Amino acid sequence: MSSLLATEPARSKPQAGGQPIVNDFSIQVATMNGSGSQTSNNTLMRAIFQMGIPVSGKNLFPSNIQGLPTWFTIRVNKDGYVSRKKEIDILVCMNPETAVEDVKALESGAICVYNAPLRLNKIRTDIEFFEVPFAKLAATIPDVDPKIRKYLANMCYTGVVAELLHIEMAEIERSLQKQFKSKVKAVGINVTAAKLGIDYAQKNLPKLTRYRVERMNKTAGKIIIEGNAAAAIGCLMAGCTVVAWYPITPSSSLPESFIPLARKYRHDPQTGKATYAIVQAEDELASIGMVLGASWAGARAMTSTSGPGISLMSEFVGLGYYAEIPAVIFDIQRVGPSTGLPTRTMQGDLLKAAYLSHGDTKHIVLIPGTVQECYELAIEAFELAEKFQTPVFVLSDLDLGMNNWMADPFPYIDKPIQRGKILSADDLAKIKAQGKVFERYRDVDGDGIPYRTLPGTEHPMASYFTRGSGHNEKAIYSENPEDYVHNLDRLAKKMETARTAVPTPVVSGNTNADVGIIACGSTDSPMQEAIDQLSAHGVKIEYLRIRAFPFTQSVQTFIERKKRVYVVEQNRDAQLLKMLKIEHVPEVALKLRSVLHYNGLPVDARSISDEILKQERRIPGAPVYSDNAGEGHGRQLSELERKTPGQMPGLPTGSKTCPTP
Amino acid sequence: MPDTMSPPAKPIPMPRPEKTNRLGLAADAYKGSESTLCSGCGHDSITSQIIKALFETGVSPYSVAKLSGIGCSSKTPAYFLSLSHGFNAVHGRMPSVATGANLANRTLNVIGVSGDGDTASIGMGQFVHLVRRNTKMIYIIENNGVYGLTKGQFSATADMGSAQKKGDINEMIPIDCCGLAIELGCTFVARSFSADMKQLCALLKIAAHHPGTAVFDVVSPCVTFNNHEGSTKSYKYAKDHELPLHEIDFIEQFEPQAPVDIPAGEVREIEMYDGSKIRLKKLGEDYDPVNRKSAIDTLEKARRENLFLTGLLYLDKTRRPYAEQLNLIDEPLATLPQERVRPPKKALDEIMTALM
Repeated sequence: MSSLLATEPARSKPQAGGQPIVNDFSIQVATMNGSGSQTSNNTLMRAIFQMGIPVSGKNLFPSNIQGLPTWFTIRVNKDGYVSRKKEIDILVCMNPETAVEDVKALESGAICVYNAPLRLNKIRTDIEFFEVPFAKLAATIPDVDPKIRKYLANMCYTGVVAELLHIEMAEIERSLQKQFKSKVKAVGINVTAAKLGIDYAQKNLPKLTRYRVERMNKTAGKIIIEGNAAAAIGCLMAGCTVVAWYPITPSSSLPESFIPLARKYRHDPQTGKATYAIVQAEDELASIGMVLGASWAGARAMTSTSGPGISLMSEFVGLGYYAEIPAVIFDIQRVGPSTGLPTRTMQGDLLKAAYLSHGDTKHIVLIPGTVQECYELAIEAFELAEKFQTPVFVLSDLDLGMNNWMADPFPYIDKPIQRGKILSADDLAKIKAQGKVFERYRDVDGDGIPYRTLPGTEHPMASYFTRGSGHNEKAIYSENPEDYVHNLDRLAKKMETARTAVPTPVVSGNTNADVGIIACGSTDSPMQEAIDQLSAHGVKIEYLRIRAFPFTQSVQTFIERKKRVYVVEQNRDAQLLKMLKIEHVPEVALKLRSVLHYNGLPVDARSISDEILKQERRIPGAPVYSDNAGEGHGRQLSELERKTPGQMPGLPTGSKTCPTP
Repeated sequence: MPDTMSPPAKPIPMPRPEKTNRLGLAADAYKGSESTLCSGCGHDSITSQIIKALFETGVSPYSVAKLSGIGCSSKTPAYFLSLSHGFNAVHGRMPSVATGANLANRTLNVIGVSGDGDTASIGMGQFVHLVRRNTKMIYIIENNGVYGLTKGQFSATADMGSAQKKGDINEMIPIDCCGLAIELGCTFVARSFSADMKQLCALLKIAAHHPGTAVFDVVSPCVTFNNHEGSTKSYKYAKDHELPLHEIDFIEQFEPQAPVDIPAGEVREIEMYDGSKIRLKKLGEDYDPVNRKSAIDTLEKARRENLFLTGLLYLDKTRRPYAEQLNLIDEPLATLPQERVRPPKKALDEIMTALM
C-alpha cells in the first residue's frame, strides 16, 4: 500500500478541546447546471491543491445544459484518500430547488453556507449556518455584463469558503490565472468577486472553528487531471493517427482533449500539414467502421464512446475479431441505456466488452484504475491491438474519466512503437526468394498471430481479401467446416498468447491473509481507503486489482491462495465475478463473494468496508473482528446500518450483498 | 507426352504479343477470381467494365483498395483486381470503412461496390455522410431493385407500381440515389445501365479521375428475381426506357488529343484536374452537367415521364476532397515513422507542467 495512504478516520470528527479538523473534510457545492459554477469550484480545488494538500473534485451533474441541479464535491484529505466520501462536511447551497433536500441530507454538525434569500437556517438547528447575500455582493462589482454577474456570484462563494477555511487568497489568484491563462480581464473581475466574498465573511460571518486547511507539502510536483485527458495524452504519445468518434457523455472529453494536443504537437514542421485525422462521425457505427478501415490500411486508429455506442459497435467489433484488424476502443462507462442517469458512473460494460458481438468472440480489455494508467494503458492498447491484430477495449468510467484526480507527472514512454507483424514489399520479396508464400491467416510462429500486409503494398503476393468468418489460411472464401474450425482454434490460441502479454494485476496487502479482494478500475481509489478501514477492524486482506482481460494466470493463483475472495464492483449483476466464474474452474468460483454498488454515484470506501465486514461476520469460524475500529478508525456497525447512505436525495443506496450470484 | 496421344485437331495459334497498358500491365493483371453470381447477372457486366476501365486508364492494381458491404453486388470485388487488397465489410457500412482507409492512406484509389439494399436502406446513413464529406472514392451502386441473396424482397429503389416476381406491387416511392446525391452536394453523380458497356466504361474512367466522392448508380438487372414483366429494373424495361443524356468520351491526359471535328454547340468538353478531358456529345436537348439546378430538374422531369436517364448527371470541381479539408499530410498516415507521430519528451514535460 502506498505510503500516501496511511490510516485515517472514516469520518471527520471534532477533536477534543474544540480543536479544528485540519485538512480532512469534504465540501459540496450545490448549484444549477449552466450557472458557471465550474470555474468557482475548480478555483477552490486548485487553490487547496496548490497549498500542498491532497484533494479531488467530482462533478455530479445531470443530463442537461442549463437549469437542473448539479453538485460538485471536493474532498480534502491530508492522508491522500480522495475517493468520494459519504458524508458532506461543508455544504454550499446556491440552488433553491435542492437546497431544502440538500440540508436535510446533512449529518448533524455539518456546516452550511447558503445564498441569503433561502433562509435555510430555519430548517434545522443542528447545522452551523452561514448566510451570505451572494447576488447583492456580485451586484456591487462595477462595469460587468449582467450575465457575467451571475457567474461572479459563484466566485463570491469561493471567497467566502476560502475565508472560512483559511484558503490563501494568493492561491485563489494563482488558480484563477491558471484557468483563464492570458485573459487578464477575466482574472481581474474574478479576483474582485472572490475578494468581495472574503471581505464579507471577515466583516459579517462568525469564525468557522470546526474545519480549516493548513499548508502541507504533499502535492509538490503533482498534477491534477481527468482520466479522459490522461488517455488523450496516451493516444498522442502512442502515435495514434486516426480518431473517429461520435459525441456521447462521458466520453466526449477524451477526443476533445486529443484535438488541441494534436493541433499543437502533430503538425509537420515543414508543411504545416496534419499527421492525424480526427473525424466526428455520423454515429458510433461509422466511428468503428472508420477505425477498422483505417487500421486495416495501417493507421493507428481509435474511437471513444460509452455503453450505448458499444452496443452499436457490436457487429463491427465481431468483424474486427474475425478479420483480425486492430482497433482501440475507449469505453467510458456510464449508467444504462437512453435517458435517466447517463451522466452517472457505473462499471456496467465489463461483460459486454469482453465478449461483444455474435458467434464466438473474445476481446482484450484493459481496465485502468488511475489517471496514470489511463495514460499508460492507452499506449499499451495500441501496442496490443497491433500486436494481436484485434480490437482492444479500454474500459474507464465517468468517475475516472471526467473527474479530477491527483497524480505524479506521467513518465515518457521510451519503448519504441511496435507495429506488429506487418510485411512490407521488401519482406515479401525475401519470402519469395526463399520459395515461400505469404498467407494472411497462417500461424507461422505458433503464437496464433498471423502476418498481414497493408493495402498499397507493391508486390504481387501482398494482396488478400478481408472478410468475416468464412476464410481459409490464404484468406480465400471458404465454408469448409475444417477451415472454419482451424481458424477458430487459432483465434483462441491467439487469445491465449494475449493472456501472457496483457498488463498483470496490481497486488498489495497481506500475502498470508485468508481474505482476498478483487476489484478493477475506478474502484481502486476507495478500495485503498476501505482496506485500511477493514484493517482497523482487524480484517487482514490481500488485494488484487485486475487490469486486463483475458485474465492472467496470476488471478487464478491469487484466488487459490485465499479462503474467500470479495469481488467489489460497481454494477448490479456482478459482472466481474461472472467473468471470473466463466474463465476459471469451479473450485475457484466457489470462493468468490460479491460486493456491489450501483446507485450511479462513485462507490465510497465505507460502503465497501461495511459490506465486507458484514459478510465476514457471517462466516462460521471467521475471526472476531472488533466493533470499534480503534481511535479514529471505522465506526460502530449499528450506527452504520441505520444511516441513510448517500447525500443525493431520493436515490436508493444501491449497495447490497450478493454472496455468490 | 505419351506417343499414343493424337495430334491436336487444330493447329495451335501462335501467341500474339499481349496488349499492355501504360504501366506495362496486361488486362489479366486487372482480373479477379471467377464470379459465383447467376449467369447473366448485370453485376458481372459491371465487373468486366471495371477491369477494362482500370486497365485502360492504367491505374496500378497495387494502389487500389476495393471494398463492399453485403449482398450480391458486394461479392463482386472478389471478381476483379486480384492484385488489390479487398474488404468485405458489414451490411450498409462500407462507406465508413472506405473513409477510414482513405484517411490512413490518401494515396489509395478506393473503389466501393454496394447495392441498392446496401446503400438505400441499411446503409443510407453512411451513404449520405460519405457524400457530405467528399471522401475520394468511386462508389458504385449495382442497382437491381431487389434483395437477391435473401430471395427477391423489394429494395428501397424499387419503382412505384413495379411488380415482384410473386406478383406483389410496390406502393412506395423509390429512393433515387442520384437525385439524393446531387441534393447532398455530391461532386460526381452518374447513372448507367449494365448493358451499356461503352457508356459504363467511359463513366468509370471519369470516376477514376475524380478527386472526391464519385457516386455511380448502375441499373443492373437481377436475372433471377427481377427480370420479369412488370419489373422496372429488367433488361427489357431498361432498354426500352433508357435515355442517354449524351454520348461520352473520355480522353486520358496521356492519350494523343484528337482534334474535334464536330460542329460547335454539339460537344461539351470538361477538363479534369490532371488534364484529361470529358467529351460529351449532344444527343437530344443540351445538358450541362455542372449545373446543379438543371441536373435536379432534368432528373425530376425524367421521373415524371418514366424515363431512365443515363450519363454524367452532375460534376462539381470546386469542393475539396475530405483529406484536403482535414489538411492531411500528403504521404500515408499509415506508414509515418515514430519520430513523426510520437512527440518528444519535452512536449510531454510541457503538457505535465501545465497540469501542475
